Amino acid sequence: MSRPDTLTWLAGHEMRLGWRDWTSLMTAGGRTRTRNAVIALIVFAAAMHCFAYWIVAGYADASLASDPTTLVAISATLLLAWSLLLSQAMESVTRAFYARADLDLILTSPISARKVFAVRMGRIAVAAIAVAVLLAAPFIDVLVLRGGARWLAAYGVVAAMGAVATAAALALTIALFRLVGPKRTRLIAQIVAAVIGAAFVIGLQVMAIFSGGTLSRAAALQSEWMLAHAPDAGSLMWWPARAALGDFTALAAIVLFSLALLGGAIALFSARFGDHAMAAAGVGSATVRQRRGSLAFRSRSPQRVLRQKEWTLLLRDPWLISQTLMQILYLLPPAILLWVTFRKGGDDYVVLIPVIVMAAGQLAGGLAWLSISGEDAHDLVATAPVKASRIMAAKIEAVIGMIALVFAPVVAVLAFDSLYAAVVASLGILASAGAATVIQICFRVQARRSQFRRRQTSSRVATFAEAFSSIAWAATAAMAAALTWFALLPALIAILILVGVRLISPRQA
Amino acid sequence: MSVSRPISLATRALSKRFDRPAVDNLDLTIYGGEFYCLLGPNGAGKTTTLRMVAGLLRPDAGSISIGGIDALARPEDAKQITAWLSDEPMIYDKLTPYEYLEFVAGLWRIDAEAAELRARELIGWLGLEAQAHERCEGFSKGTRQKVALAGALVHDPKLIILDEPLTGLDAGSARQVKNVLRERVAAGGTVIMTTHILEVAERMADRIGVIANGRLIAEGTLDELRVKTGAAGTSLEDTFLALVANDTAEMAAAE
Repeated sequence: MSRPDTLTWLAGHEMRLGWRDWTSLMTAGGRTRTRNAVIALIVFAAAMHCFAYWIVAGYADASLASDPTTLVAISATLLLAWSLLLSQAMESVTRAFYARADLDLILTSPISARKVFAVRMGRIAVAAIAVAVLLAAPFIDVLVLRGGARWLAAYGVVAAMGAVATAAALALTIALFRLVGPKRTRLIAQIVAAVIGAAFVIGLQVMAIFSGGTLSRAAALQSEWMLAHAPDAGSLMWWPARAALGDFTALAAIVLFSLALLGGAIALFSARFGDHAMAAAGVGSATVRQRRGSLAFRSRSPQRVLRQKEWTLLLRDPWLISQTLMQILYLLPPAILLWVTFRKGGDDYVVLIPVIVMAAGQLAGGLAWLSISGEDAHDLVATAPVKASRIMAAKIEAVIGMIALVFAPVVAVLAFDSLYAAVVASLGILASAGAATVIQICFRVQARRSQFRRRQTSSRVATFAEAFSSIAWAATAAMAAALTWFALLPALIAILILVGVRLISPRQA
Repeated sequence: MSVSRPISLATRALSKRFDRPAVDNLDLTIYGGEFYCLLGPNGAGKTTTLRMVAGLLRPDAGSISIGGIDALARPEDAKQITAWLSDEPMIYDKLTPYEYLEFVAGLWRIDAEAAELRARELIGWLGLEAQAHERCEGFSKGTRQKVALAGALVHDPKLIILDEPLTGLDAGSARQVKNVLRERVAAGGTVIMTTHILEVAERMADRIGVIANGRLIAEGTLDELRVKTGAAGTSLEDTFLALVANDTAEMAAAE
């Protein structure tokens, strides 16, 4: 056992906390669920390997001597993965700043705060690398199986990407603290993380739309413009791709560079981490005065009061707005496609409808959780002289009202192009949002709104059911828009998902 | 004397079981205009009892009558005249106290004009004028508890149910809360409260109920409780500890 106050002792403590966080995430804190979680993980890993085989098996023969298209494709894939890693690392770093948890204990102990925070940053890096390696593993395994052991080098590239992403996330978050202060950093970091996570995908899609009028990312990567503007084969820009293809010189350089960058970032920023964390802790006590036109109380029914409350709380919480609206950030490319189609007079809206329907389901799931489970004054509402069914109805109305507000403009534009498509989209949105809300009702828990980000971990069944339900309704809407009776099949699956949810959901007290 | 007063709360054979009986055949009778304190060691069943009375938990068996209304058959009618306040003030961070009170008044269907008047009165009583239009997110525990108390009183309830309302409050805030509760009782309201601060029970309660292992083991005024332990002149703390110790010994002997 290492001596207290040493880096190894602190690292051991952080790793133990990290491991317990992860296992409780997987098993929801129940020991009896461990076996189920292991089985689910094995099934998930197997499914991911099948999926990876379908996606990358054809690229296993790619080598260092391949044409520029291969280097562009691999580099773009790595950049995409890195942008997502950076986004995730920014969330982790921001959370580390704003979580109170053991901050008081650390800052009042005689141990060096710099040492503690250095280890904490290390833990964030290890977590980022572990997640990256785990997610990449099915794809790399398939490439190794089909293309040989040289593809194992890709694991090194992925680990290096995780380290660089953490270093960049630390630098970005600290820069935000200095530029905008602790009060706004949380929100802006949240938005920056989401934009970084989505920007690359959206950018490629927007490029593809304007160049080929489709949503395909590959179209943009294989365009003549892209190949004409790509650097020479010897450029440093291709080193990550070359390393992944088995160039061990490039691999060694990348791994060393990433570790040096991470070490430098930790050494540079750990000294100020405590100051920023304390500044972040003080944000909660800031005073916000609320102005309103009239101070007189208004006579309203309990249902209206509840609806109004839901909307007011959401509108006054920019962090929650960003959290929920991030889910529809991916609507931007289809919206652009809609605009392009509208100008050209095509019928690409069939591609659009499922995206809209899926986004509606995801957004409704988030809003429904906030409204139904994230009730900060649960006891107050539960002891009010209003029937529980009416309270629930008011909350559902608040969710559906918000969905209608967000999606009405998209449907209106769609109606200009095709009334039938607009009707199908509206019904799809309603079905998808309604189903997501029903799932949240079935799996409702008593939680605080501030726990929104962890909602997915409270019930994985609800999360998966919500996702599959949205996908099924999206497929239904797409097929209905294409005027095929096959639309009934995914609709049936969506209904069966709801029936299954109803059967396995916990009994509410 | 109290027998002639109307009954504000009556529970009969009230029972609730989790992994073990939490409340076991509990009979409670509390009269209008009475301040009743429910005492008991940790895990005795106090909070479970109050949560069932407030309509937050469904009993396994028994009945609850609030102001003559069957609270299990007509929960909305019973809730109309009841208020609940726990030790953890449940308010909305993004609303101001003023907006919070307007929200509560809307839930209880109180006339807007009357509710506004009452809200201003409560804000004054509880010393919340300075914070009335500030969002609750930056408030201290004491201020949050006062906002929650104002919310509990804005609809002028006949029965106020309080679960450890003074936990974590400073002396000034605790006094303001106690004064408001005293005024409610003086105006004919009924208060049932759990607390671990025995001095509060000693000074404020008209009657005290002692609960252990889900059962009411003693009830009465402080003097009546002292008589039961056979130790006149002792403090409530000594009396309470003696009652609980006797019950534990009887339980052990019975097993």
